[in-house]
Amino acid sequence: MKRETFKTLRAFAIELLVYAALVVGYFFLVLHFLGEGLHQLEIRHRYTYAGVAILLIIGQAVVLESVTTLLLRMIRGRSE
Amino acid sequence: MFFPISGAHISPIYLMVTGFLIGVLGGFFGVGGSFIAGPALRVVGLDWNFAVGTDLAHIVGKSVVAAKRHRALGNVDLRLGLIMALGTIGGAEVGAQLIQMLKRAGNVNFVVSIVSIAVYVSISTFMIWESRKTLASHKPMPRGLVKGAAGKEDHSAFMHVTRGIQRLKIWPIIKLPTSGVTISLWVILLVAFVGGLFSGFLGGGAGYIRMPSMVYVLGIPTHLAVGTDLFEIIISASYGTFTHAIKGNVDILIALVMNTGAAVGAQIGAISTQYFAGPTIRLAFVPLPLIGAAIVIYTLVTGHKF
Repeated sequence: MKRETFKTLRAFAIELLVYAALVVGYFFLVLHFLGEGLHQLEIRHRYTYAGVAILLIIGQAVVLESVTTLLLRMIRGRSE
Repeated sequence: MFFPISGAHISPIYLMVTGFLIGVLGGFFGVGGSFIAGPALRVVGLDWNFAVGTDLAHIVGKSVVAAKRHRALGNVDLRLGLIMALGTIGGAEVGAQLIQMLKRAGNVNFVVSIVSIAVYVSISTFMIWESRKTLASHKPMPRGLVKGAAGKEDHSAFMHVTRGIQRLKIWPIIKLPTSGVTISLWVILLVAFVGGLFSGFLGGGAGYIRMPSMVYVLGIPTHLAVGTDLFEIIISASYGTFTHAIKGNVDILIALVMNTGAAVGAQIGAISTQYFAGPTIRLAFVPLPLIGAAIVIYTLVTGHKF
């Protein structure tokens, strides 16, 4: 039981480290370039901005869920 | 980090950690977590209107992650979620209109606050009584990573009342095979409408009312109520995000950053539900409505709105 808990915690810690590295890259590569474009869209085309905002948040959530699931599978060698 | 849409400077680490905590709560209890996210955004200087709208956008993302995970665990009743979304949106609209009417009528904040506190405290008190009674009278089920029907088996000391509600034959009657429940459409819509009404009154998703209502009124097993509530929140919070975004109240960049933390937290919360029985989840849920009550009391006493 303790061994299993240790393995789970270790896998989680590795996942967090890999995930943190990916997220830092994501901040600089994606959000940095998206920022000004979205700001302009928000000022000029509010309805388009509203639609794009929902698509972005749902799209990002689907991608992040897939990334974290993939990381878990790679690190633990099996699905949750 | 500078967020040009709201003009705010906020640490991305702070946003990620906040998102992570809300994600764990949301994944485990099936709530939006606006009672934490709203104040957390206000604390770092985000304007109130942006805090409300951005929080809703973040809730959409977090709920997608948690609901996807719950769906993989067989904890989402899509038919129920879609029906409830209709009732919630209707209720939220009526709640928002009602607030406007009451504001015009005079000093109603006090009345609404007192009613809210009474409802929150009643929910918590009832859930303590029910879950403790259920835990005392039923042998705990073996826990572990349980998937499928065995993991959804649930008991409730309030089940006799729930069965009475399910026996109401008001046409049309809806079959929910995933939840194992057959019930009048109007009861589902009423539960969702009341949740939406509170959402319109108090802001946020009002999951602390809807999740217990799904368990005690509709008779949905706790694990399924959590997963289905999250699925329903995706639809209703998307609607809320759209309406707030066209009013200029959403900084989507802040929501995207928060969601990077929430994605991990929501998965942890969702997976954790598999290790606990329904009554235990309900007992652990008790502090959430009390936090809601504390926020209303704080607002009432200080006059500051989160």
